[in-house]
Amino acid sequence: METVAHYLEMGGYARFVWPAYGVAVLTLLAMAVASVAGWRRQRRLWAALEAAGQVRRRASDRR
Amino acid sequence: MHRFANPARFMRLSGALLPWFGAGAAIFLAAGLYLALFVAPPDYQQGEAVRIMFIHVPSAWMATLVYGVMALASAVALIWRHPLADIAAQAAAPLGAGFTLLCLVTGSLWGEPMWGTWWVWDARLTSVLVLFFLYLGYIALVNAFDDPTRGARAGAVLALVGVVNLPIIKFSVDWWNTLHQPASVFRMGGPTIDRAMLTPLFVMAIGFMLYFAWALMLRMRTAILASRVRAARLGEIEAVEPQRQRAAAGSLS
Repeated sequence: METVAHYLEMGGYARFVWPAYGVAVLTLLAMAVASVAGWRRQRRLWAALEAAGQVRRRASDRR
Repeated sequence: MHRFANPARFMRLSGALLPWFGAGAAIFLAAGLYLALFVAPPDYQQGEAVRIMFIHVPSAWMATLVYGVMALASAVALIWRHPLADIAAQAAAPLGAGFTLLCLVTGSLWGEPMWGTWWVWDARLTSVLVLFFLYLGYIALVNAFDDPTRGARAGAVLALVGVVNLPIIKFSVDWWNTLHQPASVFRMGGPTIDRAMLTPLFVMAIGFMLYFAWALMLRMRTAILASRVRAARLGEIEAVEPQRQRAAAGSLS
């Protein structure tokens, strides 16, 4: 337990190292979530058009 | 090049590649995190604070690399009217802005303990801040026009003009006095960083690149699908319109 606490201290630089890694994880995660959400939104719109018979199904880009 | 110009072919190809890039990015980023946090040794001067490097340096590389991609795509869009080029440039811009912001924030978090300041207005830091604003300006400009084609063209010109900033960023540490250290990886005579730190750095950088490739493809696919949705809706209006006209004509007679 003490070694874990010692590790988390990062030699006294904990308040710089951990926020840096936190910001990195948050940024990459946020960009990924936003990109996936954008794709899903367009998929839904397209599916609605398909259901209404406005467009033909495209086998090529179904995912 | 023109083999991939076709959006339908791009959709097929990217659909097949996407999971591989996503999995590769996840594996390399996880391995990079492990190496950076548990395997890499503390620096003899900087101690554990050096671990910020494994985030800061890859994000700085990506900030400039993504801008290069965006500028190249913009050039292709302006010269050859390549249908995918504008889509690629616009899909890359928010990702580049994200990497640049990450670079600035982690740089600040590294600067405070090592230099004793969160920020200085020196050439390296300022030119990267300008890069961040170039990304934001590009995004704002592209969306400022009612006609997407005109927006794309204006954005492409801005992206190309902004390329002048890239060599300034790269050589700012040689041309001007700065707190920022000079190049220590991509320099004449080879890197000055030890293998034990260079390996985690490159693993993380590959993870960042795979992540970018994955996100770029996904965003380009989204843009293509969105244009199809728009076209289908326009088609819907056109298909409905004649009926309405007939109905209107019928009511008149």
